[in-house]
Order: sequence, then C-alpha cells, then structure tokens
Amino acid sequence: MGIVSRGFFGRRREEDVKLPPGQYLTHDFPVLSAGPTPRIGLDRWEFAIDTELGETHRWSWPELLALPSETPTVDLHCVTKWSKLGTGWQGVSLDVLMENVETGAEYALAYSYGGYTTNLPLEDLLDGKAWIAYKYDGDDLEPRHGGPARLLVPHLYLWKSAKWVRGIRLMNEDWPGFWETAGYHNYGDPWREQRYQGD
Amino acid sequence: MSIDYLDGNALAGPLGELFAVDVTAAIGTCAGCGAAGPVAALQVYGPEPGLVARCPSCEEVVLRLVRTPDAAWLDLRGAVSLRIPMPETRS
Repeated sequence: MGIVSRGFFGRRREEDVKLPPGQYLTHDFPVLSAGPTPRIGLDRWEFAIDTELGETHRWSWPELLALPSETPTVDLHCVTKWSKLGTGWQGVSLDVLMENVETGAEYALAYSYGGYTTNLPLEDLLDGKAWIAYKYDGDDLEPRHGGPARLLVPHLYLWKSAKWVRGIRLMNEDWPGFWETAGYHNYGDPWREQRYQGD
Repeated sequence: MSIDYLDGNALAGPLGELFAVDVTAAIGTCAGCGAAGPVAALQVYGPEPGLVARCPSCEEVVLRLVRTPDAAWLDLRGAVSLRIPMPETRS
C-alpha cells in the first residue's frame, strides 16, 4: 500500500490496522512542545526555500494559498509511540514549491518560527511525499498543531514534520536538527523503529 | 493563553539521575541574553520527546535532556555556566 491512502475503501477496521513496531493507536491528537507556541501574523508570514547556491525563493501567505493544493489522508506516527490514522490535510506539495528551484543538494534542513529545526534527505520531500499543510480536518491549522502552516512528511516520525515551518534550506552536507543533535535518530523511519541514534 | 511549561524543579528527578548534587539549586547564566538565575526558575517543556529548559527572560534554550533506553543526552550549549553550590572545603 502506498504512503497516501486516498480513503476510497471506507474506514479501516481497527483490528485490521498494522502499526509500525512499538506504536499504539490513539484517536485524539496529542500536542508535544519544545517551546512556546509562536504566533505569526499572516501579513508577516512567509515561507522560503534557500538553495546551496545562495538563492532564496519566497512565498507570502496569499502566494502559498494561490498554488495548487492537495488533500492527502495520511497516518501519523510519533516517536513517543502514539499513532493516529487517516488524518486529513490540505496543503501544497513540495514538488510544486520545488518546481522552479535549481539545486544539486542532497540534504534539507527545515526551520521554523520559534527556532526549531529538523533535517532530512531532500529526496524524502519530493515525489508526493511531503506538503506544506495549512488545513487539518477541513479547518485552518491551529497554532498548537503548527499553524498557520507546518511541514507534513508522514512517512517519517512526526518530529520531522516541523510545526510553524518558515523555510527549508538545501545543503550539500547533512546538518542535524533540534532533536537529531540530542539523541534522536538522524532519519526516523517508524517502520524500522529508528527512534534513537544507533537504532 | 494557557501556560504549557513547568518550572525548573521538574528537572530535579531527571538530573538527579546523573548528578550527585541538586542542579536545580545551581545558578545558570543564559548564553542568549546573559540573564542569571536558578535552574529551578527555568521554563521546562516536555517531558517528551525530551526536556527543554528555556530562559525565563529571553525564551532561548538553556538546557536539553533526552533520556534514551541506554543513555542520557545532556546539552548545555545554551548555558554560559552553571554555578553549583558545594560544601566548603577550606580547613
């Protein structure tokens, strides 16, 4: 089965659900924070992609909303062991944002309002695997869940889906982010249970 | 707005696992703004995925502590120093 389930087959029965190793199912949406929730006015909000060549591509809030969006339904897996299935989002695919970005970089560092960072290979952001999401369950994304917009990379543990995302820096070298420098795994594949360094 | 952090006394147990002294009584100096104050007065977020203690003056990270199954990861980059009270040794 693909990463994105389109929901054509109705609600999955819970007993049929296969979770990544060590995970349990939750129906609420826990909030984990490493700091105060940033409040960003939409008139000041911007998203940027910075390339290894020193170029910066920027989108204001209206410019982001004007781009073609998708409505992925995805499963979320948090490294703290909860999983939430079939969550519905709306956002812009990174494929759309990267369309006119020239880069030979292999690595990406997502950075957020409030100072959070997380790293991942650039290829994990492409080919329909990642979005800048601004709606959850049909509503504007709440600040406590990363609104006005967050990165959504559901095939990796949820700490990679940076809340309050402000930009993505493309780099030739890998640059470990906030949790990756404090004992968490550099890649974070839930299906291989890559929670901590050395897993 | 609700307060979503605890004070630095929440670090007493996790740091007590590592140190013989009570680090919450230490005076930490923030590398971000230079403010000095007891570790017990830091604003602590967590405990999961890890404890993140921020300066009450500038909200920068002063201390991070992640407990994995077989290790503790302590990051003190945000602290210029910790002045830890010790029993006097002068004779």
